[in-house]
Amino acid sequence: MKNESLSISNPDKNKIDFIEKVAIGLITVGLLILALSFLNIKLNAVIFLPLSLSSILLGTIVYSRRIYLKKLPGIKNDAVWFRSLSSRGLIAWSIGITLTGFYVLIYWFPRILGLGVNGNSNTGLAALFDPLSYFFEGKPASQWFVYGTLYTLCITSLGYKFILKYRHNRYQIIRTIVVMLSQLFFAYLIPEILEGLNSDKAYFAKDIKNMWPLNYYFFDSWHIDNMRNGGTMGMIYLVWGIALFLIVTPIVTYFVGKRWYCSWVCGCGGLAETAGDSFRQLSSKKVSAWKFERYMIHGVLLFAVLMTSAVLYNYFTNTTTIFGLDTYTWIRQPYGFLIGAAFSGVIGVGFYPMLGSRVWCRFGCPLAAYMGIFQRFKSRFRITTNGGQCISCGNCSNSCEMGIDVRAYAQKGENIVRASCVGCGICSAVCPRGVLKLENGDEKNRINSNPISIGNNSAKLNM
Amino acid sequence: MTTINRLLRECKSSASKHVVIIGNGISGITCARNVRKNSTACITVISSETDHHFSRTALMYIYIGHMRFQDTKPYEDSFWVKNKIDILNRFVSKVNTDEKMLTFSNGESLTYDVLVIATGSKSNKFGWPGQDLHGVQGLYSYQDLQLMEQNTKDVNHAVVVGGGLIGVEMAEMLKSRNIGVSFLVREQHFWDAVLPMEEAVLIERHILEHNINLRLGTELKEIISDERGKVKSIITSKGESIKCEFVGLTVGVSPNILFLKDSGINTDRGVVVNEFFETNIEDVFAIGDCAQFEKSINGRRQLEQVWYTGKMHGETLAHSISGVKTAYNPGHWFNSAKFFDIEYQTYGNVPTNYSEQLASFYWEHPTKKICLRIAYNKQTNILIGVNAFGIRLRHQIIDKWLSEERTIDYVIENLAGANFDPEFFIKYENDIADSYKFRKQKSILSN
Repeated sequence: MKNESLSISNPDKNKIDFIEKVAIGLITVGLLILALSFLNIKLNAVIFLPLSLSSILLGTIVYSRRIYLKKLPGIKNDAVWFRSLSSRGLIAWSIGITLTGFYVLIYWFPRILGLGVNGNSNTGLAALFDPLSYFFEGKPASQWFVYGTLYTLCITSLGYKFILKYRHNRYQIIRTIVVMLSQLFFAYLIPEILEGLNSDKAYFAKDIKNMWPLNYYFFDSWHIDNMRNGGTMGMIYLVWGIALFLIVTPIVTYFVGKRWYCSWVCGCGGLAETAGDSFRQLSSKKVSAWKFERYMIHGVLLFAVLMTSAVLYNYFTNTTTIFGLDTYTWIRQPYGFLIGAAFSGVIGVGFYPMLGSRVWCRFGCPLAAYMGIFQRFKSRFRITTNGGQCISCGNCSNSCEMGIDVRAYAQKGENIVRASCVGCGICSAVCPRGVLKLENGDEKNRINSNPISIGNNSAKLNM
Repeated sequence: MTTINRLLRECKSSASKHVVIIGNGISGITCARNVRKNSTACITVISSETDHHFSRTALMYIYIGHMRFQDTKPYEDSFWVKNKIDILNRFVSKVNTDEKMLTFSNGESLTYDVLVIATGSKSNKFGWPGQDLHGVQGLYSYQDLQLMEQNTKDVNHAVVVGGGLIGVEMAEMLKSRNIGVSFLVREQHFWDAVLPMEEAVLIERHILEHNINLRLGTELKEIISDERGKVKSIITSKGESIKCEFVGLTVGVSPNILFLKDSGINTDRGVVVNEFFETNIEDVFAIGDCAQFEKSINGRRQLEQVWYTGKMHGETLAHSISGVKTAYNPGHWFNSAKFFDIEYQTYGNVPTNYSEQLASFYWEHPTKKICLRIAYNKQTNILIGVNAFGIRLRHQIIDKWLSEERTIDYVIENLAGANFDPEFFIKYENDIADSYKFRKQKSILSN
């Protein structure tokens, strides 16, 4: 394989074969259809929507099979710090800017995406998704329907890629299948179908796993009323929604840590673990980032709790103000804008290629903060460090999407008990010496902050 | 970066003793950190390799692209300032033990009260013709890695000489850049000084699976130069010529102690020390790869050249320097490695050959690259060591079993409790137990 270019820098010797080219072509066709629709070029949606979605899905499947199955099972992180996509290069910036722009349009300028307002029918990208929306809900696509469909497509197609990448690791395979199914059914298909079946009743959130405070409008007056007026199903969602964060979450988090949610069923987590996998190494591991994280995430949790208290106060007293301030203008709207849209969407996903895949989960998610308190102080979950086997190589810290300096604990022989750990298990997977294991066990000795170094009896004469 | 003047001024005024450590590898740094924990000594760590401590074991991951250099530093740069450990990027060219003074290659000098030599190793070369050509190198230091980046630019085929841990790492590095590799191993089987035959064969199979041209029982005879002084081929002991543009020499390492030649410090292969890491000269100690125990401690080798022992040496010596004189008393041996995709852990003593007294039980998965060997004493049935490939074991549990002198039957029965594989992994303890019982009945356990 002689390098035929005259470049003296290291050329990328990984040649793309014919099948890979076809697969990339398919993905490009799928994306091109979306782009053309966005530019308001009228395409027959009944033909072009399925064509677009299936070529993206099929292209990703073929491409990932091609690149991973020709290699032996094992850790596949070669060149992540050389590639443009995964090391903040040109491709990364392009994707980051595109995603950020897309989120800005969804939240604040849906008309540019073709959303028909004031009774006008959809055009552009929104119109492309109309047939599917009519199929589920019997109404034209909203920007949220477009978003939800593409989001689910990302998790399923790139989830498949992730499974191939980690096909030697059963924890990763099972976890990823669950996160994919959870998005496909709980977050997408079931809510869309239920919405269609109940189109005569007012909207309320029908993703049974999306709980307060991540779903920050759960206790808004309109939402409570819509659930109460939503018949039996509405009442079930109301009771379940409260029980989920009040009873189920603390109990499950006690037994297995917050991973049951964050890296197994959560939609935000699902995207981070699948589409965001190429960016996990970009999170900052600095102590300063950890300090910032603690103020930030608990600040958001506090904000969410205060907002919800005010909203509930309004609900039960039948008012719209608190301390003379209008709750919507002064509390709900700023939260929705700053946290709900700007933080979780625009920065949280748009900045994946710059800041890593878990920016929202790490710095902003109030639910992660809430579960983190249990995980840190009252849980059986920990990452066990295997005696003295750590070689301080740094692969664990490097691949921690939450920016935990895993090595700092492992090299001391100390277990990792951190509020932020989402239990993705990649640190354990990439460890070349078998040092880390996610497990649930006795609370006693969970935190061993002054471990004895195994293998060195001289140092046991501790001073 | 610290200047010598400031260093001396501050150390003199602090009235505490000045501990100078040459070498910022794992031994020197562990020593520095533990001295800092337990004392107010003035600490200076000198290295000409890098400003800050990094994990040498992670060099390969930089080349492969898993990490950048900064990701291999176990401590943030601010850590050293915060913990008042001064770092000095200098090359020590001379040690004057009478005046307790170091001279650097740039002519500057520095005095010490306590000197710790932790200069590690350098790659072996055995006088092969052509061993100093361009494109021929070992892999030990940060500079070696930089050189390897240079040397492997536009290389199509490489030869790696020496079937040990660095050799297989180098082969993996080269393959990650799509460079073809011929791997010369002098022994009849891969790493057979350490691995029993079955394990060695398993690894060989895996090396071949990665399309490495593995040549067992083959030595390097000569490296041939092109007209510009760059390697163009090698000749093996079997007279075969292999075209290559890069040669990796990974035939072991030896202590890096040349600069001590006229210092009066007693050296043999390494710096000769007793169980307190004391050399023949007062207040001069040596730890890590470069230290050689004058006699074996707890039956171990006189030169201990692995990461874990370096860490233990540093930790132990720090106690002595901080005022509690502590002898080196290592516990059960352990080590680990990774051969391409196969993880390896070893605990205790697993011999390669079995005598009258020692025996072993070996289990291997029929298709996957997973195996386990339990070595024990034939008379007493007591466990003496474990090799695990593709199965992770709990260090703490195996260490405990070795101390408690558990029998092999106990180990087989309780093996699940020592499993450290991630959740949901397929467990093989039952298969292993069945195989053990079957062979015990047939009394075909040995070897």
